[in-house]
Amino acid sequence: MFYLIQLLNALQYGLLLFLLSSGLTLIFGIMGVINLAHGSFYMIGAYLAYWLAKLTGNLWLAIPIGVVITLGIGGLLETTIIRRLYRRDHLYQVLITFGLILIFEELRSILFGNDVHGVTIPAALNYSIPLTDTLSYPVYRLFVTGVCLVIAALLYWVIYNTRIGMMIRAGNSNREMAAALGVNVPLLFAWVFAVGTALAGFAGAIAAPISSVFPGMGNQILIICFVVVVIGGIGSINGAMIASVAIGLADTLGKVIAAEYSAIAVYLVMALILLWRPQGIANRA
Amino acid sequence: MVLITPSRSLLLIALVLLALFPLTGSTFYIQLGAKILIMAIFALSLDLLVGHTGLVSFGHAAYFGLAAYALALISPKYEPANVWMTLPLSMAIAAFAALVIGFFVLRTTGVYFIMVTLAFAQMLYSVFHDTQLGGGSDGIYIYVRPELTIAGFKPLDLESPLQFYYFVLILLILVYGFLKRILQAPFGRALAGIRLNEQRMRSIGFPIFGYKLGAFVIAGALAGLAGYLAACQFGFVNPDILAWQQSGTVLMMVILGGMGRLHGAVLGALAYVLLQEILSAPAIVGVFAKHWQLPMGSLIVIIALVFPRGIGGIFDVALRRYRTAVQTPTQ
Repeated sequence: MFYLIQLLNALQYGLLLFLLSSGLTLIFGIMGVINLAHGSFYMIGAYLAYWLAKLTGNLWLAIPIGVVITLGIGGLLETTIIRRLYRRDHLYQVLITFGLILIFEELRSILFGNDVHGVTIPAALNYSIPLTDTLSYPVYRLFVTGVCLVIAALLYWVIYNTRIGMMIRAGNSNREMAAALGVNVPLLFAWVFAVGTALAGFAGAIAAPISSVFPGMGNQILIICFVVVVIGGIGSINGAMIASVAIGLADTLGKVIAAEYSAIAVYLVMALILLWRPQGIANRA
Repeated sequence: MVLITPSRSLLLIALVLLALFPLTGSTFYIQLGAKILIMAIFALSLDLLVGHTGLVSFGHAAYFGLAAYALALISPKYEPANVWMTLPLSMAIAAFAALVIGFFVLRTTGVYFIMVTLAFAQMLYSVFHDTQLGGGSDGIYIYVRPELTIAGFKPLDLESPLQFYYFVLILLILVYGFLKRILQAPFGRALAGIRLNEQRMRSIGFPIFGYKLGAFVIAGALAGLAGYLAACQFGFVNPDILAWQQSGTVLMMVILGGMGRLHGAVLGALAYVLLQEILSAPAIVGVFAKHWQLPMGSLIVIIALVFPRGIGGIFDVALRRYRTAVQTPTQ
């Protein structure tokens, strides 16, 4: 039973990572932009959920509104700044998005202060399923797992079965050729970026009741997402899926075996994969 | 005969200014000066990778922080440690970490390299943050600065801010000279070749991996030197010293000064530390001082968008104009 709980936790964490890293890996694969500020959108989503839930008293209302706002911020950022980075060296992309993190973090500090805030789980889901006399599993976590699975399935469907998905895949494998064949590349880029950031915002919003909202929350998860993208291979949705779940398992397993060193387990997995397949598990060399 | 060129004379002027700077007297400014010089060593070490080898390391704070922790952990609690023993040891630990991490990260290139260097640095951060090895998230104090003694004679007393400043200045000059030397040597020319065209260098027969690893280890050791000095100066080490913000900051210094030029790294460190000092001084910016990261972040975005070649780039243009003016006879 104890291991079932850990397994469920690993799955929930892994799927949450997938929502974040799928956006990150697509933005990199399609536009060639390394976006350090991706984690900031996770934070923005979480803080919006916290703030709107307090305002409206209803998390179910807060999450969609928050996601729409995140989508808007993402779109605005793409058209004002990110668009200028497509042809620039990675070094400048790193610096500019690093600067953006500082701006977002400081705005967060000005607007919400530096305290940790809890977000209440909606009453409908605020109970636990008893498993044994002493152990039980919170329904909200199951709900998060389910929602992440639905979104992941939707994402797969869009990418592999629709016309938009075809354009995204075309842009991912050969940008110039896709443009030459009549894909409106600037528009496609803007939407991929905005939807990628909205996914990150959504992940932050649904994770907020579990993890609460706190300063630096975006940066912490961003680096884990980098590990996922490196393991999975840049631009690969499949790779991101496998790697997310693997990292979810490694992290949870690490916490069970040696809590203090759990963070290291994730990086050890990365080091081993780098030795085996430096280009990521899903990409060919 | 030593030629007097505009760039050499500028360097000489800068050196004289740095040597005379403490005459301004105030301890606050001397300590600020020492901080700038320490960050200059740190930025120089990163410039070897970013500007000269074309390796964008986003985890350079790891080696800086590791050496700082090394000093904190090997220093006796209430007596001064010996510089001759602790400095080489701290640098060796940083170099060894760079060797091990470099072995993994140098298998990747481009954007993977950026992410993987960041991830490994973050691994070290979580080691110090989550375990009690170095006092956890609270960090450790270094109550007494290390002592510089040669057979009972003490040339510099590092407890004195003024003498510590000169100690750091001497080390900065040594690091600068060392890097200048290796960049002119065949090793440095090979690194430049790797930066410009790795494939071609490989096909000529250069062991690329070895050269890169060599540069990575040297950069790690020098970052360790800077970290050691930072730990001496602040007397305090906590996990923030190897956090990724620190890696981003030093990268910003390199860009701000103009990468690929050694004097650029020094200029960048000067500009960044001064800027941070101004933006976080309540006397100058009032209530905004607490939120200095907001203007700093905006400045980073603007500078990286508009002046990709940094202050050093502006200097270069000025120098070129001067040279053309000298060479063209006036009419």
